[in-house]
Formats: sequence, C-alpha cells, structure tokens
Amino acid sequence: MASSLRCFLRTGKNAVSALQRREFHRTLPVAVQVTVRDALNQAMDEELERDERVFLLGEEVAQYDGAYKVSRGLWKKYGDKRIIDTPITEMGFAGIAVGAAMAGLRPICEFMTFNFSMQAIDQVINSAAKTYYMSAGQQSVPIVFRGPNGASAGVAAQHSQCFAAWYGHCPGLKVVSPWSAEDAKGLLKSAIRDDNPVVFLENELMYGVPFEMSEESQSKDFTIPIGKAKVERQGNHITLVTHSRYVSHCLDAAAVLAKEGIECEVINLRTIRPLDVESIETSVMKTNHLVTVEGGWPQYGVGAEICARIMEGPAFNYLDAPVTRVTGVDIPMPYAKILEDNSVPQIKDVIFSVKKTLNV
Amino acid sequence: MLRCPCQVRHCARVLGARVVVSRSFADFTPQASFDIKKCDVHRLEEGPPLKAELTREQGLQYYRIMQTVRRMELKADQLYKQKIIRGFCHLYDGQEACAAGIEAAINPSDHLITAYRAHGYTYTRGVSVKEILAELTGRKGGVAKGKGGSMHMYAPRFYGGNGIVGAQVPLGAGIALACQYQGNDQVCVTLYGDGAANQGQLFESFNMAALWKLPCIFICENNQYGMGTSMERASASTDYYKRGDFVPGIRVDGMDVLCVREATKFAADHCRSGKGPIIMELQTYRYHGHSMSDPGVSYRTREEIQEVRSKSDPISMLKERMLSNNMASIEEFKEIDVAIRKEVEDAAQFATSDPEPPLEELCNHIFHNNPPLEVRGTNPWVTLKSVS
Repeated sequence: MASSLRCFLRTGKNAVSALQRREFHRTLPVAVQVTVRDALNQAMDEELERDERVFLLGEEVAQYDGAYKVSRGLWKKYGDKRIIDTPITEMGFAGIAVGAAMAGLRPICEFMTFNFSMQAIDQVINSAAKTYYMSAGQQSVPIVFRGPNGASAGVAAQHSQCFAAWYGHCPGLKVVSPWSAEDAKGLLKSAIRDDNPVVFLENELMYGVPFEMSEESQSKDFTIPIGKAKVERQGNHITLVTHSRYVSHCLDAAAVLAKEGIECEVINLRTIRPLDVESIETSVMKTNHLVTVEGGWPQYGVGAEICARIMEGPAFNYLDAPVTRVTGVDIPMPYAKILEDNSVPQIKDVIFSVKKTLNV
Repeated sequence: MLRCPCQVRHCARVLGARVVVSRSFADFTPQASFDIKKCDVHRLEEGPPLKAELTREQGLQYYRIMQTVRRMELKADQLYKQKIIRGFCHLYDGQEACAAGIEAAINPSDHLITAYRAHGYTYTRGVSVKEILAELTGRKGGVAKGKGGSMHMYAPRFYGGNGIVGAQVPLGAGIALACQYQGNDQVCVTLYGDGAANQGQLFESFNMAALWKLPCIFICENNQYGMGTSMERASASTDYYKRGDFVPGIRVDGMDVLCVREATKFAADHCRSGKGPIIMELQTYRYHGHSMSDPGVSYRTREEIQEVRSKSDPISMLKERMLSNNMASIEEFKEIDVAIRKEVEDAAQFATSDPEPPLEELCNHIFHNNPPLEVRGTNPWVTLKSVS
C-alpha cells in the first residue's frame, strides 16, 4: 500500500498508518491519517459488506484495482459478481447500471472521469434522474455515479471539464462534491444508502492527499448528510464558499489573509444539489461579504447560482459589496503548464478577490 | 565481377589509402517480391494479393519511417520519466508497421483520423519529430503551440489525436461523407482500437457509411488490450474484422508493413470504386503499457512482450527481409539509425529548450473568423483578450 506509506512518511511522528488494525482497545480516541482514495475505498468496502444489493461496475475497477486505484482490493475480496469490469462503452454500461437499479439492485457506476460521462449523460438524466417523477413515485433509481471530476494536471481540454454545474442543473439528481477524506467517506456512504440517483464528483488531485479522520468517522455507520455544507473555518470579515479541491485553496488563502488581519469564514459546500443556501446566508448575514470559488467555467456555474440565490433571499440586504465569483478561465483547458496554471483559480486569485471585495 | 562493399573496404585498408568507399548500387537487389500472410476475409470474394513488391528505395523509406517513430516514442518515454512531458502519453512502439504501411498505400490528399495513440500517425501525416516532441513538452514550437498536448495534434488531412474513446469514428465517417459530397475521389482512414470496437457509435457509423456508401476505411488496430483489459474480457466477439456485419472486412498481419500496405491499397481501391466502406483489422502489439502511468505488466506477462519483440518486431522483420535478399547492407541501416538518432536528439533538444507559449496565447482560438472578444479570467477584474 504505497500511498498509505507515503502519507505516513509525509505526515510525521504523530501519523498512524491507515493500515493499523483497531483490534485492541485504546483508552484515548485516536485520529488516523487517511488519504481520500483510501477513504473512498473504505466507504465502498463497508457498504458492499453491509448490503449485498450494492455492486460496483466500470472500466478497470476489478482486475486492474481501479484506474486510480480507488477500488483496490475490492475485486479480490468480493469477486466477479459484485465488482464488474466493463468494456469501454459508457452509454451502454451506464444504462445497464440504471436498469439494474430499477430492478432492485444498488449499483455504483464508475466513470473513469466525468468527461466520459458525457457519452452516457442521457442515461444519467433521462433514465435515472427523471424516472421517479415520471412514474409518480412508482419507480425509484437508487444509483450512484462516481468518478473524478474537473481539472487534473496536464490532461488537456477533453479530460479536464468540471461537471458540477451541468449535473447541478437537473431536478431528480443529487450532486455531491467531497473535499476531505471524511467528506469522501461519509458522503459516499450516504450516497450509496440514498434511494435516489446521486452524482458523486471526486477529484483526482485529492486522491493522494491525507487527512486526519476522527474516531467517529472510522465507524462503519458513519455518514455525512447530503445537502448540508460545513464551515471549515470561522471568520467575521468575509465568507468564502467553495467545493472540492478549492476548499484547500480557500483555507490556504485564509491563512495568508489572517496575517493581515482579515478573517475569512470558509464554507465547504459538500453538496452541489440540493444547495445548502441557509448555511451561506447565515454566514453572509454575519460577514456581509461573499466570494465563491470553483474550478468550473463561470457562465451558468455554481457561483452564478449562489449569487442568484443570495440575491433572492434575506442575505441580500446584508451584503456590503456585490458577490465575487472566482472561477476557471472561460476557455478549453490548455495543455502547456504555464497556460494550464493560469486557467484555474490560484490561491493568489482568491486573496486578490477577497481584498477587492473588501475594498482593501 | 562485382565486388561486395566489404571486399572493397578491405582492399582499401590493405593499400593503406583512405578510400571513400563508393558503394555500387548495382550490388544490391533493386526489387524483390515477398510472400505475405493471407488475410482472412468477411463478405468479400477475394482479399489483398499474397505477394508484395518492394523496391530498395521503398524498403529503406519504410525502415526510416518506422525507426523514426520508434526512436521518437522511446525519447518521449525518457522525457516523461524526467517529468518534462506531463499528463497523458500513450506510446506507439510496436505498432509502427501500421502507420507506415497505411501511409505507403494512401495519397497525401487522402484523410486520416485516429484516437489518442497518435504520435506515429502525426509523423506519417507530415509533422516533424521536432514539432511533435515540442508539443509533448508543451512549448510554443509544438504543432498545436503547446495548447493541445499528446492527444490533440493536427495537420492538414490529419484530424488528430482524439481523447474520447470511439468519438473519432463518426468523425471519420463524416470526413468520408465530405469526400463523397465533394466528389474528389479521396478516402478517409478512420482508426480505432480493440477497446473502442465495442462502442455503440461505431455501429452507428458503420450503418450510415454502408447505407450511403461512404469512402471510409475503418481500421481496428487490435493490440489485444484495451488499457488493462484483454480483448477476450471486453468483447463477445474478437473477430473485429467481422464486427461491421454487413460491412466487408479483412484481417491483416499488422506487424508486417508490406501486409498492411497491400491491405490498405486493396481497401482504398474498394472505397474509391464506390463500393462503400470496408473494415480492416490490423493484428498488432504495443510494447509499452496503455499509457506512461501503466507499467503494462499487471495484465500481461513480460514473457509475452519479450516474445513479440523477438519474433515479430516490425522493424527487425523488414530489416531482415532486406538483408537476406541483399537489398541493403548492415552499414546502410546503421547509417540510417545514426541519422535518426541525431534527428530525435536535436528534436528533443529543441523540445526542452523552446519557451512555453506566452500568456497572451491563453484565450486565443476560441472562435474562427471572429472579431476579437473578451474572455473572463479567474475573477471579474481580469478580462483577457481572445483573437481567432
């Protein structure tokens, strides 16, 4: 387990390998360092064990241990019936997964990246999302579509798109975007247990990042509710709302800004749809300033939706400045490193936007 | 009596004189006929010929092309491991006979489209090693100015370089439609792999191409593995040349450049005569894993890779054929190798020293033939410029 070893080495003397078995009694609660990848793996492992209707299908998920090793070890443990390698035919296997969900199973359908989900998007929207409504409640579709979303590193235009806004647009879908290992584990377990179609947007660059996981989160019944944002950092001067990898950017920006006396409140959305507007409003009514941060393109995006919702609700009257959206640049993703780096929000962009919004 | 070159050089040494060995080309066989493997056919009365003619010049040219692609890919491997190339990199070594054989059989005015394992075709379609490597390293001298990367290289009559598995096949059928529409007697070579062979959009393309008799040569480069999945685990039928059902097909030894050339000629004639599309399955092999992040040995054995290398390497096979028929000398091949090595080295040198594209390039090329427009940056205070 090279990645666990790496996280052990990286995190220093207090780190405990995620592989350590918790078979002996500990007198004090112990937090462990777990990578997002391992957290997702644990979530699927636990849910596969808990409910035999749950199964995983997708490209390279079984014998290859997963294109990004997220499903490592699962095929060995659960076999061909529960972990299924598919041909490279997204429209087909997504449709097959939806059909299986309609007939009583609880599939986890992996897209190697969400870019490839475009080949299958008709099945996700028209067959999965809308069916419960069209059938007036007779036919539910308890399915999870998961995989990495958004920009990676050097994978160029066709492999770097963020689909949060696309899926977030559709009624009938729940759309989740975890950041930390706890988010990943708790939200994936909730998604699998949810009786509705859930689009679960992971992030490839976060897979190897270790996070401390509380003892509570190590329980097999640990879930995080879908539709509830989390305040990752308290602050009084300005609210930063973000999701996925950009939570890290915002926390880093907040640390820098704190040195200048600007205290940011950082909200990790955790769920794109349904959007937890109340958490954002509560924060804005305290701080009077709002910056949204996302990797996706600006037009018709997550930040645009937040702006509209704030404007439509009570928090509007508490704003001392217009909301600022920090987004990806409105272009297809270029390949060259210097261009790619300038196509997505950097920490300095967040800092700059905060200061401009605060007019300092 | 004609002396062979080695005899001439020996004489020169003995005489103690520095003699420029003038190789008499009459020493070499100028042309030979080679037996090539018979192609299995589907819905065809007959297949490509069983013999291929090869001239000395052609042989050396095919050798040069294949060896250049081979060395270029190995250089890309090296640069990737040095982290000078990043992102995706899908290497073509082992499959050179396919690209070289196809190009030898079509005209420069014909069209070609493939998927992401595209560096070989980018070269055979006319892009220099220098521009390919510089694109891989993301520099402004790259064929796509560094904006496209490994999977998105283009040239006239070469439509990439496509990242989404299978998507290039309807595109290829569409290019063929344009050829037919314009009445220019051109064909489109549309390539895909054994992994893509199960994609629904292929069958949609086969149907329309057959209905409308589009001049499209669909070519399945079957290298036996779709990423980490062997063909038996992905396809209910691995007779990829038959998968077009009503579309005729031939199965070809993709490791033999002559076999590929003859089959492609046959296929091009079929299309140009208005008979509609045809499918070619090239049985080939990739030495590298699926991409640079796949070691390529978790789903196949090192012995298997080694066996193909020693028994079926396309470059070795051509070289041995020519040597055993006295069509060229070992020294000639060595000279070609040295020249190619230098070309690739120089290209790599350029690719590592050329600057990255300037930031002014960031937003250009959104629209064609459009007045300049403004593009939103990462925040509302940054407005960038985009020109066509």
